[in-house]
Amino acid sequence: MPHVYGNDFGAPERAPELTDEAFAALLADDGRVEPRDPMPEGYRRTLVRQIAQHAHSEIIGMQPEGNWISRAPSLRRKAILMAKVQDEAGHGLYLYAAAETLGVDRADLLDQLHTGRQKYSSIFNYPTLSWADVGAIGWLVDGAAIVNQVPLCRCSYGPYARAMVRVCKEESFHQRQGFEILHTLSHGTPAQKAMAQDAVDRYWWPSLMMFGPPDDDSPNSAQSMAWGIKRFSNDDLRQRFVDMTVPQAEVLGLTLPDPEIRWNEERGHYDFGTVDFTELFEVIKGNGPCNRDRMAHRVAAHEDGAWVREAADAYAAKQVARTEGAA
Amino acid sequence: MSRGWPLWEVFVRSRRGLSHTHVGSLHAPDAEMALRNARDVYTRRQEGVSLWVVPSAEIVASDPGEREAFFDPADDKVYRHPTFYDVPEGVEHL
Amino acid sequence: MITPPGSSTPPLPFSSDYVLGLADDALVSAQRMSWWISRAPELEEDLALANIGLDQLGQARTLLTYAGALEGAGRTEDDLAYLRDDREFRNVWLVERPQTDFGVTIARLLVFATYQAELYAALAASSDATLAGVAGKAVKEVAYHLDHARLWTLRLGDGTEVSHERMQAALDAEWPYVDELFTPVEGALVDPASLRDAVLGRVAAVVREATLEVPDVAPTVGGGRRGLHTEHLGHLLAEMQHLHRSHPGATW
Repeated sequence: MPHVYGNDFGAPERAPELTDEAFAALLADDGRVEPRDPMPEGYRRTLVRQIAQHAHSEIIGMQPEGNWISRAPSLRRKAILMAKVQDEAGHGLYLYAAAETLGVDRADLLDQLHTGRQKYSSIFNYPTLSWADVGAIGWLVDGAAIVNQVPLCRCSYGPYARAMVRVCKEESFHQRQGFEILHTLSHGTPAQKAMAQDAVDRYWWPSLMMFGPPDDDSPNSAQSMAWGIKRFSNDDLRQRFVDMTVPQAEVLGLTLPDPEIRWNEERGHYDFGTVDFTELFEVIKGNGPCNRDRMAHRVAAHEDGAWVREAADAYAAKQVARTEGAA
Repeated sequence: MSRGWPLWEVFVRSRRGLSHTHVGSLHAPDAEMALRNARDVYTRRQEGVSLWVVPSAEIVASDPGEREAFFDPADDKVYRHPTFYDVPEGVEHL
Repeated sequence: MITPPGSSTPPLPFSSDYVLGLADDALVSAQRMSWWISRAPELEEDLALANIGLDQLGQARTLLTYAGALEGAGRTEDDLAYLRDDREFRNVWLVERPQTDFGVTIARLLVFATYQAELYAALAASSDATLAGVAGKAVKEVAYHLDHARLWTLRLGDGTEVSHERMQAALDAEWPYVDELFTPVEGALVDPASLRDAVLGRVAAVVREATLEVPDVAPTVGGGRRGLHTEHLGHLLAEMQHLHRSHPGATW
């Protein structure tokens, strides 16, 4: 008999590998994969990479909005923003934990982030230059994230799907508070309205890029869809986001910076302009406005905290020794 | 230097009268901190009235590979379920 | 002595300035605490410190609103937070200096949360229904802050050699500012001096349990309750207030 006992969490031994055919049968049968199930190595690697990247995005994503906590223009807004950025830390935490069920350590994943071997969403390499950017991030960036994430709640890997359920539940307030910020600004003074429009002008196209490259240019998508990690194509999700957002922009009284946006009766969708991905690729390469700052901030927090983490470890070891000594 | 604090599993009782349910994991150096971290991470929105934390390494789980041997034998014991039995019409409280 | 707005009841036995002092301590603490969000030693601690900051901010908002009502000039929590200059702030020096070292943050929280725990317990039993209500809620919050500070003081003090030294240095750095918490204030509902023994006793017990020493240093002169601050508060307020002040009368 193989190992009858084990542990689903931080699974120490790697699950036995499974052929693609056998795995397809398992997916068709159950639809859900759990930590120590046999799985193709490619599936496991893809999940680790995607979940880690997702977790990294959450914690790097704390920075652009965190940039405005100290300057939030009312105490109510300050409280909301603190709670929101705190949520991002929580989301990162849930996601790292999901990745850890695949036999990797959070510490290792953080190392890979800090040394640039794993990426995070490029959207967070854009700066928050005004208070309205906090609104634009909530409305557009979190809005796009929700469109991406809702299908992940039904993703084939159980721990990832469960983490996403929790994230999506908490995320719903994020988008609303962003919309509320922009609505207040766009109905405020002319300077406030200009601030809101400027933020939307800068964040619109990067938000569309969050859905990834166009389908014919997205080599891994088909495999991820077969594995039940991805449920809809990049272009389908992008279209869904545009359809959802255009009417909301009208309520805000703000213009989306794309003259080609118009309702297409025949398709039953909004048409929109072509996303220029050359900029996205520059940002991914590390040449965005904030790549270096974001990484420096993150690495500094980690290194400055090393003595604290070590102290807690040392204290825990002493306590164990004391308990054993007393016994 | 260690590779980070150990992993803990968190169980929350959402209200009195209900069981603790697994909600997720976190890292903490020891049990005292794990319990507090669980409070800060998993009950920010009034999700609970009681918490358990368990070192993840202490959890013993059945092997997915043995799932059939463990669980399939229960499949044909349909007589354990009340729906297995015919109840004549008009009989109540049964 | 002031009279609450729109009432003919006798004057309250405390001043609106006293309430401002309580509010400003909490507000400035929250502002400093929020710096840690995205900078804590571990993700779990990001969440913990954010929770503490949010509690402090919540206390500040309620207290500012009450101070505004007592003053009777129609000033809201935001008017008081954003439109006063440093000379009008009534917080102690302990909370206003930068805290970018985790040991300093824990040392300060240990002192401040212990002080708040004693203060709010006394206020909860006081004659003013509003302050008693605020304090009754806050006393539970600061019990958790104190617990957090205590657990970390033990771990840093009794952890590694490095952490022991850094935690002792942090206590030494904060200690000169402890005394100001107990300076008598005109129009106080709870005499700050009456809290001294209990606060210092509780803090000292934790410090010793953590294998650290209670610093023996002379207190600074202080002056926060009279609106005389360190140079740091001006910078904190400049950052906190600039957006609000750049758009007079705007709604956010």
